[in-house]
Amino acid sequence: MEPVDGNAIGGLLIEIFGTEMTNVRGTCAACNATGPVASFAVYRSGPGIVARCRACDGELMVLVRRQAITCVDLRGLARLGK
Amino acid sequence: MTDDFPVLSAGPTPRTALDKWTFSVTGGVQQKTWTWPEFRALPAEQLTTDIHCVTRWSKLDTRWEGVSVDVLLDEAGYDAPYILAFCDGGYTTNLPVEAVTGGKAWVAFSYAGAPLRPEHGGPARLLVPRLYFWKSAKWVRGLRLRDTDEPGFWEMYGYHNYGDPWLEQRYAGD
Amino acid sequence: MAGTAVRGRLTWQVATVSAVTDETPAVRTISLDLPDWPGPGAGPQRAGQHLDVRLTAEDGYQAEREYSIASAPGEPVAITVERLADGEVSPYLTEELRQGDQFEVRGPVGGYFVWDGDDGPLLLVAGGSGIAPLRAMLRHRRRTGSTVQARLLYSSRTWQDVIYRAELSVPADGLEVFHTLTRQQPPGWTGYARRVDAQMLTEVAWPAADDPVVYVCGPTSFVETVAGALTSLGYPARRIRTERFGATGGQ
Repeated sequence: MEPVDGNAIGGLLIEIFGTEMTNVRGTCAACNATGPVASFAVYRSGPGIVARCRACDGELMVLVRRQAITCVDLRGLARLGK
Repeated sequence: MTDDFPVLSAGPTPRTALDKWTFSVTGGVQQKTWTWPEFRALPAEQLTTDIHCVTRWSKLDTRWEGVSVDVLLDEAGYDAPYILAFCDGGYTTNLPVEAVTGGKAWVAFSYAGAPLRPEHGGPARLLVPRLYFWKSAKWVRGLRLRDTDEPGFWEMYGYHNYGDPWLEQRYAGD
Repeated sequence: MAGTAVRGRLTWQVATVSAVTDETPAVRTISLDLPDWPGPGAGPQRAGQHLDVRLTAEDGYQAEREYSIASAPGEPVAITVERLADGEVSPYLTEELRQGDQFEVRGPVGGYFVWDGDDGPLLLVAGGSGIAPLRAMLRHRRRTGSTVQARLLYSSRTWQDVIYRAELSVPADGLEVFHTLTRQQPPGWTGYARRVDAQMLTEVAWPAADDPVVYVCGPTSFVETVAGALTSLGYPARRIRTERFGATGGQ
């Protein structure tokens, strides 16, 4: 399956972070590659969303929505910020 | 109803060459491992079943061929209450042993009469038709038998430990 | 596990369909009346942004999708939707939806794949329905009287599949439009007739020394091919902005 990119989850990210996130730069904890959230490889699976590093396929973010709450796991990001 | 089932994935499609592929049952005194030719030499069954996914689509009358998990566990000679299926790409999912024994689960290598395609989980995937499709782990490489229940990839985030579509279970605590 | 649970903040509002326009046999543009635009919490609309759309079935089941805004800031909001063969939502939006029908939207969304009118020279590369956000950029360019030089390279299967065909055929100052038709060409066709490749981009793209900005939108594999080729032409990664729609089907 071809992933989409971080642009597709832009709305969800505003909902979570309260601000536009697609142009924020993130650094992969596994391989140190840096790029805008918009460029993350986004896989949408039944249960949730996994955003991966384009360089090494490492998980950067996992987003799972349970009823009214979204669980956000950012452990694959060494850094996320402007 | 759909003609083909959507490819839902948490990551890129792994492509393990068959001469490197193995399937293992671990967690007991001795690990049992099969190569692809050894795995394909095991008795296999054909089955027709419905599959359901949490994104609401259901596909009826899908035809599969695979090795029953009963055969794999019997060959390995283990007995434990829980399993964690592990896969290429790092995906895991957990199940109670009773959900995958007694003719309820297979390691499937063929769909609709053809070898299972990588984007659909080939060369082999776990198939547990009675449960939500995320339990039917793609690119499965083995089962780890455990005395305690360890949540898998999606289960860690609260997805129900035993996704049974007939009970409409999706989230932990439902 | 480093994780936390938070409540949502961006709000949904109800959009009413004001008009539908069939662009091609498989593609429709839907114009919307929105009570509160831009949506609460969002800044001013920017060319290239998208909307999140949410449909709710009678039994409460919800499906969400994203669609690029095909209109420029200041114009009535419109999205362009392609009917996907195995789509869950797109057949409804392209075939059943009528004027007066309603669904929820959230937006505008996007802070990366946006063009504000002054950066250039501008290269736009579209694959199929990826033309939608780029058309918003071109309309924005025209509305604001931008003098940025622009080129559009637009890949479609056949001439009948070209979205906004008439609009893109109207000459515009400082804009050059290049079409490539990959499957079938009309008699007498003098444009490109193959998938976008490095050679085509060499001919169409601005020289890297001009410090152009590029927006590429379409299916993932198309975007990857184009971005890779532009990188080999010397375009720095930060000047290539991409939006991937993913493979068609299975939506």
